[in-house]
Amino acid sequence: MAQHKVNYTQDGGLPVALTSIDKIVNWGRSNSLWALTYGLACCGIEMMASGASRFDFDRYGTIFRASPRQADVMIVAGTLTKKHAEFIKRLYDQMTEPRWVISMGSCANTGGMFNTYATVQGADRIIPVDLYLPGCAPRPETLQYGVMLLQKKIRANKAGNAQKAKRLM
Amino acid sequence: MRAYKPKDDVQAKAYYTDRYYVAPQVPKQDVDCDEVFAADLEAIKAKFEVKDAYIQVEQMVIYINPHDIYGVLELMRDELEYTQLSEMSAIDWLAKDNTFEIFYQMLSMTKRKRIRVKYFIENGQAVDSVEKLFRSADWSEREMYDMFGIEANGHPFMKRILMPYDWQGHPLLKTYPLEGDEFAAWYEVDKIYGKEARDIIGPELRDTARVDRYDSERFARLGFEVPKGTEITDDMEPTVQEYQEDGGVFLIRKVDKESSKVIDDPQR
Repeated sequence: MAQHKVNYTQDGGLPVALTSIDKIVNWGRSNSLWALTYGLACCGIEMMASGASRFDFDRYGTIFRASPRQADVMIVAGTLTKKHAEFIKRLYDQMTEPRWVISMGSCANTGGMFNTYATVQGADRIIPVDLYLPGCAPRPETLQYGVMLLQKKIRANKAGNAQKAKRLM
Repeated sequence: MRAYKPKDDVQAKAYYTDRYYVAPQVPKQDVDCDEVFAADLEAIKAKFEVKDAYIQVEQMVIYINPHDIYGVLELMRDELEYTQLSEMSAIDWLAKDNTFEIFYQMLSMTKRKRIRVKYFIENGQAVDSVEKLFRSADWSEREMYDMFGIEANGHPFMKRILMPYDWQGHPLLKTYPLEGDEFAAWYEVDKIYGKEARDIIGPELRDTARVDRYDSERFARLGFEVPKGTEITDDMEPTVQEYQEDGGVFLIRKVDKESSKVIDDPQR
């Protein structure tokens, strides 16, 4: 008698044939995460280091693009000032869906040490954030770990459905 | 010296809050003890009224009348070889006697000397621009306007330089709160989403020492990461975040933490 085992808890108990489209789309999306070059302060240096040869973001298919039209993920690397807040919103709106946001470092998470009048107290006051990376500044390993977790998150979603609107408003 | 205050609850409360603290002055010397400065001072005194002059930390400080500033700097640049304006700005003395102190730091590369020209203006009074003499005064005067609200007459582009054009308030005034006033607190929300979004987005969290381990809307506890909005209870098991799902990913090698190599040789 043939030995077979159906895992009803995996993939919502659906047959593999229906989920494989999801899987292959998500596999493609998660392994070609093109990031927007968005270094706002010193975290941007760590982001550049992540892209350079020693840490080598290309291994994950993460290539930095200088245009929001070509980018999938916005890595908010650095202090977000109130003067700049409208532009981060504009760049986020210009990115095509599906799109994701990584908030990198204390300043982008909460305002960090800049508890002042001129700093936005957390990038999530302006745009929805998928992943927060702690650190001041986070090491390139942290950013790589964050991107791998984001890949895992993308694979967990249904690809066929339009991305749920993640706007604050 | 500042008076000692207990620092056992510095996280909860700033131990140093005196915004009007005035640092003690270092000793002042007579101008006569430096012949270069003495000659410069004579040349300035011949044409303009000098209210006070002394040497402090090997730099001469002179106090003049506000309306003389363009003439004094022109004289210093063209005849006394002070060819650079290193810095100019204002000092807020509004709490003391309702005045601003304006200073111009001059540098002579040939004489290797520095002179600081100062004068007082009343609150609300404008100064004369020296942008025609020194190009560096262009941005300095704009910054002075931005930070203190002091306008410079004759400046070609008297607008804010650091803060946005539609900002209200002048942040370097001692009466301006460090964490911003009502306008500053809601600036980006009002501008991008409109005033009606204030209720939805909520006020800024300004307490840097605030830690709430039951808050999963903002941060997860390390080792106990949960999806956003999950109810956190006390008896939670630690969660280990793996890079990949149990089943692995097509064409991508499964990361095995056990077999990964740790490079501990710093000289590799």
